[in-house]
Amino acid sequence: MDLFEYQAKELFRKFGMAVPDGKVAASPAAAEKVAQKVGGRVVVKAQVQVGGRGKAGGIKLADDAAGAKAAAEQILGMAIKGHKVRRVLVEQAGDIKSEFYASFLLDRTAKAYLGMMSAKGGVDIEEVAATDPEAIARVHVSPLTGLQPYHVRELLFGARIPKEAHAGASELLRKMYACFVEMDASLVEVNPMVLTGDGKVVALDAKVSLDENAGYRHAEFEKLSSEIPLQKQEKVAKEKGLNYVKLDGRIGIIGNGAGLTMSTLDVVAEAGGTPANFLDIGGGANAATMAAGIDLIFSDRKVKSLFVNIFGGITRCDEVARGILGALDQLPNLKAPIVVRLDGTNATEGRKILEEAAHANITMAPTMLEAAAKAVALTKGRRA
Amino acid sequence: MSILLDENTRVLVQGITGSEGTFHTKRNLAYGTKVVAGVTPGKGGQKWEDQVPVFDTVQDAVDETAANASLIFVPARFAQDAILEAADSGIGLVVCITEGIPTRDMAVVYPYMRAKGVTLIGPNCPGLISPGKANMGIIPGEITGPGPVGLVSRSGTLTYQVMYEMFTRGIGQSTCIGIGGDPIVGSNFIDILSRFAEDPETQAVVVIGEIGGDEEERAASFIKENVDKPVVAYVAGFTAPEGKRMGHAGAIVSGSKGTAQAKAEAFESMGIRVGRNPTEVAELAIAALD
Repeated sequence: MDLFEYQAKELFRKFGMAVPDGKVAASPAAAEKVAQKVGGRVVVKAQVQVGGRGKAGGIKLADDAAGAKAAAEQILGMAIKGHKVRRVLVEQAGDIKSEFYASFLLDRTAKAYLGMMSAKGGVDIEEVAATDPEAIARVHVSPLTGLQPYHVRELLFGARIPKEAHAGASELLRKMYACFVEMDASLVEVNPMVLTGDGKVVALDAKVSLDENAGYRHAEFEKLSSEIPLQKQEKVAKEKGLNYVKLDGRIGIIGNGAGLTMSTLDVVAEAGGTPANFLDIGGGANAATMAAGIDLIFSDRKVKSLFVNIFGGITRCDEVARGILGALDQLPNLKAPIVVRLDGTNATEGRKILEEAAHANITMAPTMLEAAAKAVALTKGRRA
Repeated sequence: MSILLDENTRVLVQGITGSEGTFHTKRNLAYGTKVVAGVTPGKGGQKWEDQVPVFDTVQDAVDETAANASLIFVPARFAQDAILEAADSGIGLVVCITEGIPTRDMAVVYPYMRAKGVTLIGPNCPGLISPGKANMGIIPGEITGPGPVGLVSRSGTLTYQVMYEMFTRGIGQSTCIGIGGDPIVGSNFIDILSRFAEDPETQAVVVIGEIGGDEEERAASFIKENVDKPVVAYVAGFTAPEGKRMGHAGAIVSGSKGTAQAKAEAFESMGIRVGRNPTEVAELAIAALD
């Protein structure tokens, strides 16, 4: 779960990290109020989960509350790379002496935590990594020992952070790490971390990703996630507990197991088709789950056909076949062709059930590759 | 021969009395696996299904039954505890099927297991099977038989698909292992490949990867340097968009990193043939045996 900047900063505050004074606002009037309270010059920042908002005009400076209101009027509702702006963060504008980069994340390769710091802040860190890798200090932190003072020193000295910022930056780094571990984050990034004219070190921006698997031990995850807008189908999928990712094509996909479902998408693309989604139905091939899945897929109007690809392991193909028929009973208005491929445990029985039902929508195929070709062929004839 | 698991492995099941644990333990027993004990805290002294003794702690089970491998079916929130308990009780092989364990829990478990020298397979995996000998986990035993091909994969059903494609062509496997789909799993491709390289029964190896991380890239270099046997590969997720989790917690393309394209190219650049689909990789593996 990727948090908005304002959510990340609220978290930072809880961990005692220095962030600019400010608050999120969903209307120009609310933005004005926040600006009044903060006082002086403020910055109004679009809250979107995509980079490049500054260049897109999503960040504006304002001299006073009236200016903040005007800026919020311009920013709210605008679309940045397809993301509609629903909230702005209004914050005190400080004078910036220098900008740094700092982060903690999970290094999958090392299977340890990785701290990174650079004196080149406020720019795309991947760009810095590509053009000037020496400018980034890196230190691995064992999850068994946690962050030690020497880790912090290695980051500060390694990144050649100016001495006057050391005390403030080391305090921020320690609190960032605490936030990273205690909140079950996969990333806590501050870019830029700034040294202000009066010698303070502050997190000017904030990026946090949380591990949803840890949701059971964090009551606040649910509230945070409820503030993150989902695309229509993904919202329904979440409510129904379906493992769904929306794509942009015309052939709906249902598979069992993540790997097989990914592979099904690939095979359809290889056969010249465009997959409309990823939907792993897991072991839940009963009629209710199947109906929910099929209904969800066809709620995307671009979808013209469906490919159900099941390999029966623990899941039995006869149950899947009954599930598909039961689902179609619940969806009598469905006209689109459905190509079904069943293999593995009880595949013969499953195929027999579907053959005997002779449902108008269903076409059977003996192998995954033939089924993909069939789905592509049946989709070509249908209007976009 | 086979790797990690055979007919002499003495298996204990943590979470044996739960519904998942019961269902799969029955299947593993029916396959011929030596299941010698179960552990469910508070249910010690009972007999599971009138045949397997249940203990309160893993240590008791190991002391009483000489179990040397543990299969874990406990819910995600108890999994870290269960894995560490097994490791501290003298178990040499721990297989964790549980899905949805927080990454932070595994970040602590991983270095501990490594330091202790205990092999962990998973979590979020289907387990492993040495066809004809023993089955430890949820892989359906009916779709495979003994044979010369070793198989290692980050996936479950996709693995079954490839096993089945080989099986229907008359070729079985030495051992099939699903290492799991999480960002941190106990054993990686290289750990398993080095075992297959030394197993006299394994004549060829299939590696099934997917998007996310850099396990495939590292395996490719390792194979070129260290594995004399033919290895073929498959990678799932060519159509996966950036930044979306494709079912598995670890299956995510981050920026330009972790794409299927990059992984397939890494294998090919090391002279490892890559099948375009599960059928082709099964055929490549069989062809490699000649």
